[in-house]
Amino acid sequence: MFRVVLYLNQFFGGIGGEDKADLPPLLTEEVVGPAKAYRAALADRGQIVATVICGDNYFAENIEAATSQVRELLAPYRPDLLFAGPAFNAGRYGIACGRVCRMAQTDLHIPALTGMYRENPGLDLARRDVYIIETGDTARTMAEVVGRMTSLGSRLASGEKIGAPAEEGYFPRGLLVNENAEKTGAERVTDMLLAKLRGEPFESEVPRPAYDRVKPAPALGDLRSARIALVTDGGLVPKGNPDKIEMATATRYGRYDIAAKDTLDPADYEVTHGGYDSVLVRQDPNRLVPVDVMREMEREGVVGALHDRIYSTTGLTCIVSVMRELGKKMAESLKQEGVSGVILTST
Amino acid sequence: MAVVAEMVGSNRILPAQKIVSPLGNAALEPDDEKALRRSLVKKALAILQTEVEEQKVFS
Repeated sequence: MFRVVLYLNQFFGGIGGEDKADLPPLLTEEVVGPAKAYRAALADRGQIVATVICGDNYFAENIEAATSQVRELLAPYRPDLLFAGPAFNAGRYGIACGRVCRMAQTDLHIPALTGMYRENPGLDLARRDVYIIETGDTARTMAEVVGRMTSLGSRLASGEKIGAPAEEGYFPRGLLVNENAEKTGAERVTDMLLAKLRGEPFESEVPRPAYDRVKPAPALGDLRSARIALVTDGGLVPKGNPDKIEMATATRYGRYDIAAKDTLDPADYEVTHGGYDSVLVRQDPNRLVPVDVMREMEREGVVGALHDRIYSTTGLTCIVSVMRELGKKMAESLKQEGVSGVILTST
Repeated sequence: MAVVAEMVGSNRILPAQKIVSPLGNAALEPDDEKALRRSLVKKALAILQTEVEEQKVFS
């Protein structure tokens, strides 16, 4: 029989609503809220030995401290398995559940599971490390979700082999697993095409990347007080490629000083990009990064300032999650340097 | 590559010249090419000053 511990927020833990969201983690051995559903689903497979309840705001505002407090409360119970949530579509709760599950895996060395709705902001923070059961957006289906979590959790704790995400009902963790297929790729893709033509459901083996939709930034006010930076994904770098930016599948970007330049001299630059014929850009880098005309407009007072540095990376066969991080870093750096607007030129 | 910009979620998009030379046209005389580049950059600056509620491809 497994020793099972739970993590719940103040609401599901029966303490209160938003007025109790600042509650620090507390421990109970009583069976509260969803713990009853877990107890029913576990039956004789496991026993709930402790439940930690924590306010959503407390956790979200003290993530590191709250995580270690939860660990210290639960560790003495020597648990075999942890369930957090399910959080459904509650964002702060989802973030907490993901963190508590990761802590259980890395610090307590036990399997941990949670459940979330597909748009829960906690999902992407933890899905690579944690099995997260897909749920609806409200707690209506609590008993059914807890049943699925319990079933997968018991098998994890027993060390059984876990199947693919679609079979087991958890969110893909971004792992590739080798397996033998009955049919060749050519046969499988033909089957898929025929299914599509017949209007039947089929599942692609290569899911398309999901792109973010970002709220547009507000418009710039007066250009004469704006600092404009030039950014490119066309792989323009100083001769010698000092940051060793890859020609494809880039993991880095560079910032290059142009403060003293009225134009980009072809003698100073090269292109690290394996996806387009860069002859024309190498002949005149301004065709990619228009320093020459931006400098003129700066002198004429059309724009307040051309930023002192150009930013460059290589946009070719890139991994979306890597580029998302790279983009965030570039944007943070540009903001720190006082840039108010960016023209990003792309090949 | 405006279609790619649209696919990946850019909000303010200006279709430019060629993939291999977005802000230039090597067939033009140097002065004309620079004037072309200047007009594209002017458009880009005007787009930065334009409020958008969702993705928009300008021209």
